[in-house]
Amino acid sequence: MRSRQSYDGVVAAVPVTVPYERYSTHAAHWWLGHALAALIRGAGLAKADIDGVCVSSFTLGPDTAVGLMQHLGMSPRWLDHIPMGGASGVVALRRSARAVQAGDAELVACIAGDTNHVDSFRHTVSQFSRFAQDAVYPYGAGGPNASFALLTDYYMREFGATREDFGKLCVAQRDNALRNPHALMKKPMTLAQYLAARPIADPIHLFDCVMPCAGAEGFLVMTEERARDLKLPSVRIRSTIERHNAFPDDPIQFRGGWAMDRDAFYAHADLTPADVDFIETYDDYPVINMLQFEDLGFCAKGEAPAFVRQQDFTIDGSFPFNTSGGQLSVGQAGAAGGYLGLVQALRQLTGTAGAMQVAEARIGLVSGFGMINYDRGLCSGAALLERGDA
Amino acid sequence: MTDALGKPPKKNPVARTRLPTLPPASRSRTALGLTRAAAEGRFEMQVCADCGAVQYPPREVCGACLGGWLEWREIPNGGTLIATTTLRHSNDPYFRERLPWRIGTVKMDAGPAVVAHVHEDCGDTARVRLALKLDRSGQAVLHALPPEDTPNMNDAASLRECHCHPKHRRVLVTDGRAAVGRALAKALLDAGATTVFVGDATPWKADAAFDAFVASDPRLQAVELDVTDTDSVTRLAASIGGKVEILINTAEHRRDGGVIGARDVGTARDALEVNVLGSMRLAQAFGPAMCFRAADGTHGAVAWVNLLSIHALAALPSAGAWSASKAAALSVAQTLRAEFRGAGIRVLNVFPGPIDDEWEQLAPPPKLAPAALAQAIVRALQQGIEDLYVGDVAEELRARLRDNHKAVERELGG
Repeated sequence: MRSRQSYDGVVAAVPVTVPYERYSTHAAHWWLGHALAALIRGAGLAKADIDGVCVSSFTLGPDTAVGLMQHLGMSPRWLDHIPMGGASGVVALRRSARAVQAGDAELVACIAGDTNHVDSFRHTVSQFSRFAQDAVYPYGAGGPNASFALLTDYYMREFGATREDFGKLCVAQRDNALRNPHALMKKPMTLAQYLAARPIADPIHLFDCVMPCAGAEGFLVMTEERARDLKLPSVRIRSTIERHNAFPDDPIQFRGGWAMDRDAFYAHADLTPADVDFIETYDDYPVINMLQFEDLGFCAKGEAPAFVRQQDFTIDGSFPFNTSGGQLSVGQAGAAGGYLGLVQALRQLTGTAGAMQVAEARIGLVSGFGMINYDRGLCSGAALLERGDA
Repeated sequence: MTDALGKPPKKNPVARTRLPTLPPASRSRTALGLTRAAAEGRFEMQVCADCGAVQYPPREVCGACLGGWLEWREIPNGGTLIATTTLRHSNDPYFRERLPWRIGTVKMDAGPAVVAHVHEDCGDTARVRLALKLDRSGQAVLHALPPEDTPNMNDAASLRECHCHPKHRRVLVTDGRAAVGRALAKALLDAGATTVFVGDATPWKADAAFDAFVASDPRLQAVELDVTDTDSVTRLAASIGGKVEILINTAEHRRDGGVIGARDVGTARDALEVNVLGSMRLAQAFGPAMCFRAADGTHGAVAWVNLLSIHALAALPSAGAWSASKAAALSVAQTLRAEFRGAGIRVLNVFPGPIDDEWEQLAPPPKLAPAALAQAIVRALQQGIEDLYVGDVAEELRARLRDNHKAVERELGG
């Protein structure tokens, strides 16, 4: 296997969030358009300066990124539409960084966003995947809750995780969210409240489930030199990975694609898990956080329950985790959920996280996971990011 | 352990009747291969002709070796339950009304890991037996069952939704005088039906045996029904239409006689009148109320049974006019299947060979005893099957048709 090129000379900058709303009568184009406008404003650019665009959205249909370009009056020379759910942010970063490095684009806007109508969830779910249509939805859940309940049931049985362990993560995320003015969940949550919540699909209860909402996230990718010229604080990329349909012979998912590429991931960055100052995982359900702790090298497979019991996951704790509150406390704005962690990491590493700032944050790990097709999440990705000089 | 299903409570006549909803019905075309297997009670999945890998969910090419030829085959149905959950919430309207509902992940001995409905008698991480059944949308779903039948197993709600069990239901057998009708009535009572209405087209014709039969069980009720008479059908529907949960159309006109050799079309017209138009009259009169009551409590309307013949698929020239009427009746049955689908009512089509009754006196054996046919029909209802081939002649003709329909034409015509 050839060695991979570094990401030297390419950076990410200008993290933006279009504040989330529980329901919106607008179309996805409104949310994505606002994200793009915020990126241009934030960078002090003109719209025509953006020559590359990367889009992720579940509710943009019948348009794809192509229709959106016409809608927004853009004429990019590089365009990508990434349908990878929660892994979309990391993958967008990977694609656009290489495009900029190769000179195929100079300024790439990466945006993800979705609207949320009262029937959006139902429609998104009904179109989700062939295997879900043929082999999961006929079994009753009307969404991903059942698939994750099965994963959680298996994980608890196999590795001894308890609801209290999951609750600790959720309570920490809620604690972090209280410092996030944009989080949709605004009330503190105790472990007792978490445990007493209404059951959804055993062992999953109400506070294990994200709240779908409308919103958008975005960031820019450019050369480090260009970021300096524009006087933009920027973030370097030490290493990234992605993997799809990992371990297809596992009868049920207890590990994700990160486990296949973890060693190369850290080797390429010349870093170890001990160097990571904060982690933004993809938290569609609490059990997936545990998979990420294990598969990204913070503890051995099956040891996450013990790891969780030992650490403090709040912003000022021993293992700052989902410092915005994660999707479980901020809300999941469709595909923007795949950008939430990455955009938050960019804030942390540019010192612009406000009340959520992790002190001395230098190295951040962002992990993505997405597309529950049939019975498991198919896409995974991760990025190690480093505070830039500016 | 499943509790035995009790009699349904008396319905409050003022209360609104719950209308039918259906589980998600969309399937890819290839996945309908599972529906074909479930329709006949078989357990099949695709197997790669190159590498032997069993495919699930259904695929277009082999997921292991990209082999382009996948064959549907019966495969071993054993597996182990490795994860289970009970739904207490659902966004789906059908399941929302039927919570709590148990599902799980089964690792099949044959290879794939599958999501299945899980019977309440299955232990959390136990060995299970898988079955393919038609759900209320008429689409195949997997059920994990205990390895051996348990007491009252079929009374579990998840199975009741897929089966058309006569237990605690009221059934109309449109011709109860004929041998098959009588055998059916008895088999239905044995299966736990609360009432069997037995249709009688000629109540003016004395028949001591029939009278004795009706008198033998308080659950039997003789009703006037002439399927060639719209007025008769409508009158009966007005009287009992709201009480019929299963309708079995046994009314039949069966005579020998081809086409060219017949004197005129009179006998053919009689066959069409009973076997085709009779079916339509019944559907028009009883169908709407059955659809309305398809989700009425735990014992709502659930099935429509057409007694066809294997010769609906391949004409028997010596009884050519009758064969034509059975072929037409099959076509009507297919339309009924589409029209009943929205309510979740199963249309069971029965394809027997010759029945051992007076009208088949000259047919050589093997012939089906009416009791055997009746039991096969009741078993099919109990299992929710919708295409039933009964007896050696029917099974053989079916295999010959699949192999070479032209050979069947020549051989039946000879």
